[in-house]
Amino acid sequence: MKIAGHRNHAHYWAFILHRASGLLLAIFLPAHFYVLGLAIEGEAAMDGFIRWTDAPLVKGAEVILVILLAAHLTGGLRLMALEFISTSESSKTAVAVGAGISLAVGLAFLFNVV
Amino acid sequence: MSNARVETKLWVWQRLSAAVLAVCVIIHLVVIVYAVQDGLSAAEIISRVSGNFLWLAFYSVFVIAIAVHAPIGIRTILKEMTSVGPGATHMIMATFSLIILAMGFRAVIGLFNASIIG
Repeated sequence: MKIAGHRNHAHYWAFILHRASGLLLAIFLPAHFYVLGLAIEGEAAMDGFIRWTDAPLVKGAEVILVILLAAHLTGGLRLMALEFISTSESSKTAVAVGAGISLAVGLAFLFNVV
Repeated sequence: MSNARVETKLWVWQRLSAAVLAVCVIIHLVVIVYAVQDGLSAAEIISRVSGNFLWLAFYSVFVIAIAVHAPIGIRTILKEMTSVGPGATHMIMATFSLIILAMGFRAVIGLFNASIIG
């Protein structure tokens, strides 16, 4: 498959990842708050849900969410650095560093959770 | 207020909230990785945050910053990538912000007041 020139670029994919991760995190937020709000109904209600999250598929989704959160953080820091500090092409390195940090955080979560 | 002024104000609020969120998310990620080490449970979460004013303050700031940041981001995506009109994008932004505030503070206050049974 041939990718259009302007899309075959680290900055373009960083932009897409930032948008997609932000959107997915925003969709996830109400569910996250709902589960934390179960604390009002007591420890048992909350634990009931937490046991459900022990399923491997849910654990996998959690790892992806942690990676998305870290990716949105590093992508946002990169964006602000671009806007407020520099517009130099060296920010390509920032894309790679951000991706690396995001995966490292995801792995740290994965190794602690399994 | 002119469109340009609205856009500038939203841009500034987006960046200010992003700066606050950068600190909050780093702390949140550290807590997540630390908290799951011995398996996550309601008792662990409640014992950590219940009655703790420092966590109450932290999560309150976190929720407010999210309620500013995320709806502006959603509005930007709708404005730039869909054909949804300006009135509707503002309405969606405001509604989403209120949902985050209501659900977020319900969780924050609920956890602050929660107690472990048994």
